Amino acid sequence: MTDAYIYDAIRTPRGKGRKDGSLHEVTSARLSAGVLNALKERNNLEGHVVEDVIWGNVTQVKEQGGCLARTAVLASDLDERIPGLAINRFCASGMEAVNLAANQVKGGAGEAYIAGGVEMMGRVPMGSDGAAIAVDPSIAMESYFVPQGISADIIATEYGFSRDDADQLAAASQQRAKAAWDDNRFAKSIVPVKDQNGLEILAHDEYMRPETDMQSLGSLKAAFKDMGEVMPGFDKVALMKYPHLERINHIHTAGNSSGIVDGAAGVLIASKEWGERMGIKPRARIKATAKIGTDPTIMLTGPVPVTEHIMKQSGMSVSDIDLFEVNEAFSSVVLRFMQAFDVDHSKVNVNGGSIAMGHPLGATGAIIIGTLLDEMERSDKETGLATLCIASGMGAATIIERV
Amino acid sequence: MADFTMKTDADGVAIITWDVQGKSMNVLSLEGWKDLDDCVTEALADDAVKGVVITSGKDTFAGGMDLNIIAKMKASAGDNPAQGLMDGLMESHGILRKIERAGMDPKTNKGGKPIAAALPGTALGIGLEIPLACHRIFAADNPKAKIGLPEIMVGIFPGMGGTTRLVRKMGAMAASPLLLEGKLNDPKKAKAAGVIDEVVDDPVAAAKEWVLSEPKIVKPWDEKGYKMPGGEPYHPAGFMTFVGASAMVNSKTQGVYPAAKALLSAVYEGAMVPFDTAIKIEARWFTSVLMNPSSEAMIRSIFINKEALEKGANRPDVADQKVKKVGVLGAGMMGAGISLVSALAGIEVVLIDRDQEAADKGKSYTTAYMDKGIARKKATEEKKEAVLGLINATTDLEALKDCDLIVEAVFEDVGVKAEMTKKVEAIIGDDAIFATNTSTLPITELAKASVRPEQFIGIHFFSPVDKMLLVEIIKGKETGDVAVAKALDFVRQIRKTPIVVNDERFFYANRCILPYINEGVRMLKEGVEPALIENAAKLVGMPLGPLQLTDETSIDLGVKIAKATKAAMGDAYDDAADEVIFWLADEGRMGRKANAGFYDYDEKGKRQGLWQGLRDKYAPKADQPDVTEVQHRLLFAQVLEAVRALEEDVLMDIREGDVGAILGWGFAPWSGGPFSWLDILGAPYAAERCDQLTETYGERFATPALLREMAEAGQSFYGRFGTGVDSKAA
Repeated sequence: MTDAYIYDAIRTPRGKGRKDGSLHEVTSARLSAGVLNALKERNNLEGHVVEDVIWGNVTQVKEQGGCLARTAVLASDLDERIPGLAINRFCASGMEAVNLAANQVKGGAGEAYIAGGVEMMGRVPMGSDGAAIAVDPSIAMESYFVPQGISADIIATEYGFSRDDADQLAAASQQRAKAAWDDNRFAKSIVPVKDQNGLEILAHDEYMRPETDMQSLGSLKAAFKDMGEVMPGFDKVALMKYPHLERINHIHTAGNSSGIVDGAAGVLIASKEWGERMGIKPRARIKATAKIGTDPTIMLTGPVPVTEHIMKQSGMSVSDIDLFEVNEAFSSVVLRFMQAFDVDHSKVNVNGGSIAMGHPLGATGAIIIGTLLDEMERSDKETGLATLCIASGMGAATIIERV
Repeated sequence: MADFTMKTDADGVAIITWDVQGKSMNVLSLEGWKDLDDCVTEALADDAVKGVVITSGKDTFAGGMDLNIIAKMKASAGDNPAQGLMDGLMESHGILRKIERAGMDPKTNKGGKPIAAALPGTALGIGLEIPLACHRIFAADNPKAKIGLPEIMVGIFPGMGGTTRLVRKMGAMAASPLLLEGKLNDPKKAKAAGVIDEVVDDPVAAAKEWVLSEPKIVKPWDEKGYKMPGGEPYHPAGFMTFVGASAMVNSKTQGVYPAAKALLSAVYEGAMVPFDTAIKIEARWFTSVLMNPSSEAMIRSIFINKEALEKGANRPDVADQKVKKVGVLGAGMMGAGISLVSALAGIEVVLIDRDQEAADKGKSYTTAYMDKGIARKKATEEKKEAVLGLINATTDLEALKDCDLIVEAVFEDVGVKAEMTKKVEAIIGDDAIFATNTSTLPITELAKASVRPEQFIGIHFFSPVDKMLLVEIIKGKETGDVAVAKALDFVRQIRKTPIVVNDERFFYANRCILPYINEGVRMLKEGVEPALIENAAKLVGMPLGPLQLTDETSIDLGVKIAKATKAAMGDAYDDAADEVIFWLADEGRMGRKANAGFYDYDEKGKRQGLWQGLRDKYAPKADQPDVTEVQHRLLFAQVLEAVRALEEDVLMDIREGDVGAILGWGFAPWSGGPFSWLDILGAPYAAERCDQLTETYGERFATPALLREMAEAGQSFYGRFGTGVDSKAA
């Protein structure tokens, strides 16, 4: 079987996903096209040299609807013979794009792919595409649907994480992200967003709050307490699925959960032969990919079983991994991952994560693979694992190793 | 004579009158459907008819559907009952749709004849669903009339278009209390809520005038561009409503009531399609509910059998024993409550206590109750005076002289009760019946103090008397038929539901509740996480977990019962739960009244959480049982007692066993009661589960001989012990 390699991995800076966010003026297609153009320029992708563009995106309505992947290709300078595939696996969409592309290459269905994703959360609000699992009573009740924030709080309750635990993780994310920016650690992959005149719109992650400390975090209100305990009372639904718990401990706040931002990322994946022909060098091999379904109520524990799954499939063990990226959707997700595998925080999200810099849903999976690779090169590590929790109870993971 | 008849007047208005012969209130039968169809078809075809008014020949419009329709529909498609139901429902929808479309052109909505409903009074269930298909609803200004869709209360939902039409008329949010809680309104409130259109003095005259006024009759949902009020499910506003509704219905019903779920699905799926498709969807979900054994059991117990018991299904055939004057001995909580419900029923009350202050305090319970009613506009000052005027609170036993029923509610002590019995019997007339309200003392034992034991009986009220619906009537060994009839007639007067049982320790209700509490406490002692015990109970439809229930009834009562039972039973007594209860008593945690028990409470008495001391003393095991295992222990502990009560002839009628369990202690109403639950499980599986539970947890789960026998013979309780009428009606 052919191996699949990463040749390049880039991302836009993340803008606040609000009306006053710097990227709010940019359309989803144009932000995506900017990433595609940068990949084309950096790697000299002239002509029909890429088999497909697989583009992750969660809220596929309005400007993000209508197969945004193909729209983005047409809005870019890529050859029109390169098609586009829009995919949605919620928060792991960008990772699933990378994994799909890698496995297509491995299986011989084309030699090169661009994979990545985009989410303009300030322009196309999360949830605006509807979701039967939340709204259709027969499904919502059978699956004991609760919103993600409640699920994150169930994890905290079930596995014993306190508000302090969560806030400490959040403070570390902020400090690490600041240190990484100060040290220019993202320089290799950040592509500033520019307008049609070449004028810069955004060149840095603008969501970060480096001044954050335990005190400022501690003053924030528990974000999901009201919907859990009062209207409409999701905690009671949670307890129906977790009847050994007496109550849900609401520890998550806006400060220790991921930020709502705009952003996009792209990864160039291809075979060894393709790179040789193109005259570019691979940076890492995609060693293994995996996905899994879990209980949809606690929803966000997926990184644990998917890591077990990928280890089994690849014949590896967690101790073989030098560096981890575990998406900081909520603090308890990362805390649970570290607890389950007894992994030290010094190996996880060492340059900060979605709590500090934000989580542009469809793009994040591709972003953290790039962040992982940059850091593996910087600190000279061999093997890395990236994983995300996923809405509706799923998990996804990718293992890469440097070549 | 037909159930619906039609007469066209000189103005060209056809009046269709619903008047089912031999019934005090109209109910809709299959024949009725046909009569209605015939009238509507004829009116629409007759050129002389300009408009139609559908009304009732009685002072009410209709009480609902004859539930025998369901059985008939099920049987109509051979061995495929779901098809029979679906076909029958769609046929009925056709009739209602004929009314609603009234001959309008399907494309242009032109033409058609106005059809109005004129409601003289109460309109429930199908009695409102027919009007909802009409073009305008007029109701008489009758504050006693009740208008609504109470189907959900008996385990089904409004499945004759009521769900679809109400939601389209009002929006999902506004319709939800009417559909999901079965909330009934008087005509003025029904109009304010948007259920009906007009409240008038003479609804038929007003309806006639309206149909002749060439009104617009097309329903909003049949017009182009119709938008559901409040937004359909994927509209931003509707989205939040529907996400919240699922969560609320799920937690409120603890997932065990199929009707509420099906109702919500019918609303959701129906909201996204045209009306005729929505009706088909409603019919499919309604069929699924009617096919669900839980709904069948709920209808049987909560609707059919409850009513049968209230109407005297087990009353001895003796002359009317209606109570004129009742003497209540003891003005404590029970005596005060019994006085209140008696006076509310118009019965004269003599309320006795040892000192006047205590007697007055007992009477003041009624004052407070009436004041609350006045504050809520449910009563008036005149009514209050009238009710209070019926209660004579006194210390003078002579006042009992002409009472025809005595209800003794003094301290739970054989000696005290015997003394009262003797004193009072010396005063009251020879025909008077003496009843004792006890929850624990054997009636036969208490009857020994009586000079006329055949006129001595137990009437066990539940607390609080004004809220609890069940009354347990206990026959002592020598209790005669007249005493039973007297007790039953009294219970009927005060509008409660009676069961009649024979005299054995704890009678029926408490006999079943105590093992439930004990099993919960036992599990705590074994190291089962207390939250799991409580949540498992609620998830199987028990209103209170066993630990909370013990807090409510108080720990000291538990200690008292344990000590008394141990004394009476000797070595046969199982003391497994005593350690925990006695410990809590020693800790001074007497339950809710002490603001400390299994739970913690704040200063205002609001329950907080389980007391951490429980987990400190009985550390939860690392390996917790499956929730179903906990539920089976809690349920089998109760239902096996019910089966033993039947075996021992304490229970004489399984209907009483089921209705009594639901009304008396809230036994999982979705199941239809202990015997219905066993029927849903099937005797072979139930016996097998008992064998497993016995092996793991002990002899208290031993399969009763009767259940074993039924398992081997493949019998069900309602097949074997049902009256034949009750079991197939639903």
